[in-house]
Amino acid sequence: MKIAVCIKRVPDTESRFAIAPDQRSINTGGLKFDISDFDGYAIEVALRLNEQQGPGEVVAVSLGPEGTQEMLRKALSMGVDRGVHLQAESIPFDGLAIAHALAAELKDPGYDLILFGRNATDSGNACVGPMTAELLGLPCVTAVSQLEIAAGKGTAHRELEGMTETVSFPLPALLSIDEGIARPRLPSLKGIMAAKKKPIEVRPALLGPVHLTVERLELPPERTGGRIVGEGADAVPELVRLLRQEAKVL
Amino acid sequence: MATLFAFAETRGGALRKVALETVTAARRAADASGGGEVHALLIGAPGIESCCEQLGRYGADRVTVVAHPALERYNPEVFAATAAVRLGSQGYRAGLFPASAQGRDLAPRVAAALKVGLAADVTEFALEAEALIARHPTYIGKALATLRLTGTPALLSLRPGAIAAAEAARSPAVEQAAPALDPAAARVLVTGLAERGAAKLDLGEAPVIVSGGRGLKAAENFKLIEELAAAFGNAAVGATRAVTDDGWRDPTDQIGQTGRLVSPTLYVAVGISGAIQHLAGMRTSKVIVAINKDKDAPIMKLADYAIVGDLFEIVPRLSEEVRKARAEP
Repeated sequence: MKIAVCIKRVPDTESRFAIAPDQRSINTGGLKFDISDFDGYAIEVALRLNEQQGPGEVVAVSLGPEGTQEMLRKALSMGVDRGVHLQAESIPFDGLAIAHALAAELKDPGYDLILFGRNATDSGNACVGPMTAELLGLPCVTAVSQLEIAAGKGTAHRELEGMTETVSFPLPALLSIDEGIARPRLPSLKGIMAAKKKPIEVRPALLGPVHLTVERLELPPERTGGRIVGEGADAVPELVRLLRQEAKVL
Repeated sequence: MATLFAFAETRGGALRKVALETVTAARRAADASGGGEVHALLIGAPGIESCCEQLGRYGADRVTVVAHPALERYNPEVFAATAAVRLGSQGYRAGLFPASAQGRDLAPRVAAALKVGLAADVTEFALEAEALIARHPTYIGKALATLRLTGTPALLSLRPGAIAAAEAARSPAVEQAAPALDPAAARVLVTGLAERGAAKLDLGEAPVIVSGGRGLKAAENFKLIEELAAAFGNAAVGATRAVTDDGWRDPTDQIGQTGRLVSPTLYVAVGISGAIQHLAGMRTSKVIVAINKDKDAPIMKLADYAIVGDLFEIVPRLSEEVRKARAEP
């Protein structure tokens, strides 16, 4: 199968960061970046599908600034065949503007499957995948936790609140992949060497109009917490009293 | 005066709590704008119209009922096409969806179909003259973004639990409408819906969550957590990623950056140190209690109330005291 995986470059979730002087973004100086968590699962799903179902091609597509190519290179070292870098000075916050650029890139090459991670760990919008599907007119299943593909058809599980939904769909289709479906492999040394020779195409991102912007970014209000009620089981009655009388949650 | 659209999510023919939250939020925004109307969209199998009265009780002025035998379950393409047609036709200022599993699937499709912006997973919002202003936790909860969304209708999805459902009784006008896409033409079909485990309270809906981490030392010790949740009576059980990765709990119990994002009224963290990955999923809880042997653990700084010590002594005592407190008038 010919599979595209759309990946996003995001700050490593373990990094500490500060708000930039513009109060709308974060200080990127000294930050480590990585492929967004769920996108790693999407890459793994694509690689496994082609390993199991015979030869095909996996293409990683990523929109963003300069450092984006490092992410594509990492995907190539995991086993992805080639990369496409859609150049943009920065990644807009508006999912529809991004979906516009991705749809323009993905509409013609004849992909059987287009995969996204369920959501990016920085913006946390979970929008670009289903929006891209809508623009492309493709069948779409989001937050896929189990997947089977056979004879041009797919069956997927989605985890709802307390329930699991089974969904069937025809190919070509666009899916967003949940965590836990297939743990992403680590790049092997051989993979890292091979990745150096794999092609990355570069072209400008055809971003759509922007309706949604970040007006302000701030650290969450400090919780007035850190209150130690006491030590050991003897502190329990006081905790229960506070929950009842002060917090009024019991 | 702004007229708002609210998508009323149902399951098994009944409204979900998030539907009432969505209507409540729309009601408040309409009132704040000087008394606009709230129009709810209710899609389901015939019989679904029995939910109209409840939608009215939470503030809907009008309910559009789209009943069809093939729409007993969620149908993403039919729901999206129908919501887009409704939202595109009535001069709505804003359209509200829940940021539930279904709402997060549906709202982006509708936004793309209408070519309008969507603010996702919003915890609060306000309509201003030129824009919708919304708050959305980003960077896995490490930063809070204030978003500006222009154009109409402005779409948003509301984080479950962020706005509590409240009654604001209306007698809604009810109108019937046909689905905007023939369900027989839909390509993506929900063919099954299975309960996961016993009929336990969902993490997104429970007012209280009791969560356990590695400090519990073994899978079987989660029974302490289960007992504490049972003592509260209205609690669901959550877990950290370390615990679900080790197979102590089902992956769907995971709270955190890669699991569920929750905002219960009360969150009790037991034997959880508070890795960033976990805090990302629960830091918007209203009241946080932590029980941990390490007084310097990150969770202790976040908690409103903390007890330092051996959870194997503290938790059984807490279960007992909570049960006693709840038995009192």
